[in-house]
Amino acid sequence: MNTQFWIVQAFNGISYGALLFLVGSGLSLIFGVMRIVNLSHGAYFLWGGYIALSVIHFTGSWTLSLPLAALAVALIGLLMERLFLRSEGFEYVRNALIALGIAVLVSLSIGRWHPFIVAGWGPFIAVTALAAVALYTLLSRISLVPIESDPLRQVLLTVGFAFLFQQGALDIWGGNNMDINPPAVLTQSMVIGGVYFPVYRMFMIAMAVAIGIVLWLVMEKTRMGAAVRATVDDAQMARGVGIDTNRVSMFIFALGAFLAALGGVIGGAFLGIYPGLDFEMLPLAFAVVIIGGMGSLGGAAIGALAVGLADNFGKALFPEVSYFTLYAPMVLILAIKPTGLFGRE
Amino acid sequence: MVSQRVKILIVFVVLAALAFIVPNSGSFVVLLATRAMAFAILAMSVDLLLGYTGMSSMGQAAYFGVGAYLTAVMVTKFHIGMGWDFWLVVVLGILIGCALAALFGLFAIRAGGVYFLMITLALGQCVWGLAYRWNSLTGGDNGINMTGRPQFGLDLSNEVTFFYLVFAFFAVSMLLLYVLVRSPFGRSLAGIRERELRMQILGYNTWLHKYIAFIIAGGFGGLAGVLWAYTNGHVSPETVVLTTSVDALLMVVLGGAGTLVGAAIGAAIVFGLREFLSTLVPWWQYALGGVYVLTILYLPMGLMGIPARFRQRLTSQGNDQASKKLVSKPS
Repeated sequence: MNTQFWIVQAFNGISYGALLFLVGSGLSLIFGVMRIVNLSHGAYFLWGGYIALSVIHFTGSWTLSLPLAALAVALIGLLMERLFLRSEGFEYVRNALIALGIAVLVSLSIGRWHPFIVAGWGPFIAVTALAAVALYTLLSRISLVPIESDPLRQVLLTVGFAFLFQQGALDIWGGNNMDINPPAVLTQSMVIGGVYFPVYRMFMIAMAVAIGIVLWLVMEKTRMGAAVRATVDDAQMARGVGIDTNRVSMFIFALGAFLAALGGVIGGAFLGIYPGLDFEMLPLAFAVVIIGGMGSLGGAAIGALAVGLADNFGKALFPEVSYFTLYAPMVLILAIKPTGLFGRE
Repeated sequence: MVSQRVKILIVFVVLAALAFIVPNSGSFVVLLATRAMAFAILAMSVDLLLGYTGMSSMGQAAYFGVGAYLTAVMVTKFHIGMGWDFWLVVVLGILIGCALAALFGLFAIRAGGVYFLMITLALGQCVWGLAYRWNSLTGGDNGINMTGRPQFGLDLSNEVTFFYLVFAFFAVSMLLLYVLVRSPFGRSLAGIRERELRMQILGYNTWLHKYIAFIIAGGFGGLAGVLWAYTNGHVSPETVVLTTSVDALLMVVLGGAGTLVGAAIGAAIVFGLREFLSTLVPWWQYALGGVYVLTILYLPMGLMGIPARFRQRLTSQGNDQASKKLVSKPS
């Protein structure tokens, strides 16, 4: 327990906090704007990492994988928000997608007992199309109850998507533990005052700081940012003064997914990418959001730093209760100030 | 409307049929039904909170996990719970569930709506963190293995005997919860669910009502955990993980919140998907995710709500009020 121990642990904690900031800030903004507890946020992180792996596999460029993976996942988040969480105007597309999805499962399960269906594309498509049309007719006859006003149903819907994403990732990329290899420049170490600092962790911190500054500028200086802040404070009032809150939620959901996926690419280099990572990151992201306060960027930064440091020092100093030391403060904060330390009332 | 008596009769007949059919099926079905029934007790405890009190707890796995870990620690460290003292472990499991809920309730009950969701999530994660990391007590990631089942006149290592025992616990739990929700106390819980402010104005101490309901639910969660530990013979952090809590919530919503029977049906379906479908096809998780999405979007009142929706459709064909009425459900 000398100075070096404290320096190294603090550095590791801060760099882990930098990663958590990427995941947590998006979750926090989504909660602030839409009051949605998004349990598929961990899946965005995982998919970001996996898509980056594919991009690296096909192009060989790690630099290219960062924006591509993040944009792809942002698109997924956008579709999820627009088609399922808030589907006015797109009910037909949503019903059609769900009908198609179930129809594929139906033909797959029929195929288990009558293998000729999965033997060729012809019969498979025919059975699927038939089932899809039947299901679509059924689904569009069911009168729907909007889910906007019910946090529990929104949460469970995002859980359902988390499971779908999990299985999808398993089917596409397999169940092996994979690593993202960043360029050689970033994998070296620097020696400062006799202590080794991995360059990659410095890069993580720099990246988080840069993104934090950009986010802050967007939120404080642009019209869209002002609209977002207004929606966080009072969505009804914001609608009243003519802010298109639907556009704001779409923007924020896509942004949140973008940031989580970016975290997945960056974090994948030292955490690895493996099935189950999504549900490992999710509670940590929630800790960030709750400690920092929902819907506040500065709060997310402080929360991420706190969780990163608490996680590292907890594991090093009291390994047996390390997660407890992480979540217990979270409970206390929630009990005393439900909106988090820096949340807006 | 089918009268309440007929409904009770139907439940009774179905339970009797289950007790008769399951033991005569394969051993896999017996095991599956035993596990599903242990879990159904947890689902019904969630229903007491969600369906009857309007509190959506995302941390119910905590009580379940505490009950399960208590059993495993008692059996492996203190050699208690393999004979007549099985009943002692059951009582202790219920008590520890109640005690934990009494502690957690102090933090959680104050919060409402989505904040209640978050705080119960955090509380559940606290218990998970301890289970995962407290190696000397919980065995960490590996969990605790228990060998054998209790023997006290009854030989519980016989799967069918054990099924009957869990079945009895399940039926008694359902009966107790039914009596509870039909009691004046249960009625005032429903009042709190519908409009808490009005109950406060009428002079009810709504905090205390919710707190007591929370503790009772914790006790049933603990009981479910004890039975779960004996059923599986293995307890690991997987028992306390976030998805266990969420699964229990889905079971309630799928079956129909505020019906108790719905929670049991939901448990049977989700368990069937998780345990049975996963032995048949590799893509079972699509089906599970699909059930989540379909339930939430198309079955807001659950399976038990289907008759009501049909009736509503028949009485007010093409009337928009029909769908609006359905909105006034607990949130």
